[in-house]
Amino acid sequence: MEFIDFFCIFLYMIASVFFIMGIKKLGKADTARKGNLMSSIGMGIAVISVLISQDVFDGGLVAYIIIILAIAAGSVIGFIWAKKVEMTGMPQLVALFNGFGGLSSMLVAISQYCAIRGGSYAVGTDAFTSITLGLTILIGAVAFTGSLIAWAKLAGLKMFKKNITIPGKNFINAGILATAVIGIILYCIAPEDVLGLVGILVTTLSSLALGVTLVITIGGGDMPVIISFLNALSGLAAAFAGFPIGNTVLIVSGCLVGASGVILTLIMCKAMNKSFASLLFKTAKKKASSAAEGEHKEPKAMSVEDAFLILEAAKSVVFVPGYGMAVAQAQHAVKELCDVLEENGCEVNFAIHPVAGRMPGHMNVLLAEANVPYEQLKTADEMNPQMPNTDIAIVIGANDVVNPAAINDESSPLYGMPIVNAYEARTVFVLKRGQGTGFSGIENPLFTMDNTVMIYGDAKQTVSQLVVEFEN
Amino acid sequence: MDGQTIMLLVFVFIIAAFLGVELISKVPSQLHTPLMSGTNAISGITIVGAIAACAINVDNHVLGMILGGIAILFATINVIGGYFVTDRMLAMFKKKEDKKK
Repeated sequence: MEFIDFFCIFLYMIASVFFIMGIKKLGKADTARKGNLMSSIGMGIAVISVLISQDVFDGGLVAYIIIILAIAAGSVIGFIWAKKVEMTGMPQLVALFNGFGGLSSMLVAISQYCAIRGGSYAVGTDAFTSITLGLTILIGAVAFTGSLIAWAKLAGLKMFKKNITIPGKNFINAGILATAVIGIILYCIAPEDVLGLVGILVTTLSSLALGVTLVITIGGGDMPVIISFLNALSGLAAAFAGFPIGNTVLIVSGCLVGASGVILTLIMCKAMNKSFASLLFKTAKKKASSAAEGEHKEPKAMSVEDAFLILEAAKSVVFVPGYGMAVAQAQHAVKELCDVLEENGCEVNFAIHPVAGRMPGHMNVLLAEANVPYEQLKTADEMNPQMPNTDIAIVIGANDVVNPAAINDESSPLYGMPIVNAYEARTVFVLKRGQGTGFSGIENPLFTMDNTVMIYGDAKQTVSQLVVEFEN
Repeated sequence: MDGQTIMLLVFVFIIAAFLGVELISKVPSQLHTPLMSGTNAISGITIVGAIAACAINVDNHVLGMILGGIAILFATINVIGGYFVTDRMLAMFKKKEDKKK
């Protein structure tokens, strides 16, 4: 082993330590920003290490020119994108970046395969190398196209707006997955022959298709789960891309990302009371009829002026935000209302359900953007015991996460899902655009309860009007 | 690849997985989005593999070199974009006292 090889591995080790420390700090509110910085330093060290490695050095000037150009272009694009994006566009952006990571890992594996075809000895042709190379393509491709579909759905592209159902999708997905695996087997049998080439092509194409068919049937409300899952996949793809070239820093950091994605996926599933398998494999049931259909009541509507009079007398208010707040971009107006309420001597809190919005922690990011201090952002578990003592719960664009059927209606598809107990508040305001049901199409008995009043209209306008009333 | 190297790599993989689970299982829900986008940036570590793959193809395989170059481009967008957007988000998370200053 040359000195430079030792030195590179030493640098990879330092980089891995930075990643581990970075992720640890990222998990605490006070140190999170520093953690992100540490992990970016780790990334810088890892890149420097590979740039001075023997492999790249042997590539000569041509290699360095291509690498520097690609990094420069990617940096500019990534930087501008990150600076320009609106906070409301965050879920799409995370999905898209995640897709790029998956695409990159897939291309790395194909490029490693090309190296074998080109007669380089840097990549082996043994079974282990071949299997991990094939798996990198499989996982990377699914992460890539899956994230693209998730991005299209989150960005609200027209052709993806409606929930698409594929008849017999489990058979189709299983078939495509089997084809991809067969491709890997073909490749393993003869990595250096035409059979191997066919195998690589079959794996690549079927895996790209699998990402599409897997994600396209998943509805908007289940997005927090699927984004976390895709995040795990892109991490795993990076980890597997490290195996064929025996690169430990890829394996360690890719695996850390994979673990974090899996944990987030499980947390999100738990918050929705769904198993991950049921989300992927079951077809969503449309409009399950409620058992208590007999006592059908009309929701009571109220004007903004009347709502103001009740609000003025309130001593404690809890906001329950949902995806509708993001759509209406009402977070700044909500913060203003929050300020005038506090001036009025009222205690204001936010109860945030883990799956409110379209990605994990979506509501927290939006409200932080509007300068709501994070101590005021409470979880459902923290707020629920205080709900019966709350004067007014203001539900803004949330639906299923406040549906009491989850607690008391065993026939409801939501039954068993932990919710924000907004219905226990003395009065509940529901800000809603119209009389539709949520993404799941499930009736919400909260809307017709005696202590609930509906304030129809655009959430941002309604909240702004309330602020104006206060100022008068 | 010889058996010893393979077992060592698998060993590293398993240990890293358990370490990841330990590190992340207690993250508060308000940090879920920054955690996701921060780890997403880390998954751009594949840039290291992309650089190596691009370089080893320079003398032997033009298509491999080009694919490697494209992989570097996308991995860099993932890395740089991911870190900056996470930092932007985290800069917004503030305590009550900080805001009044």
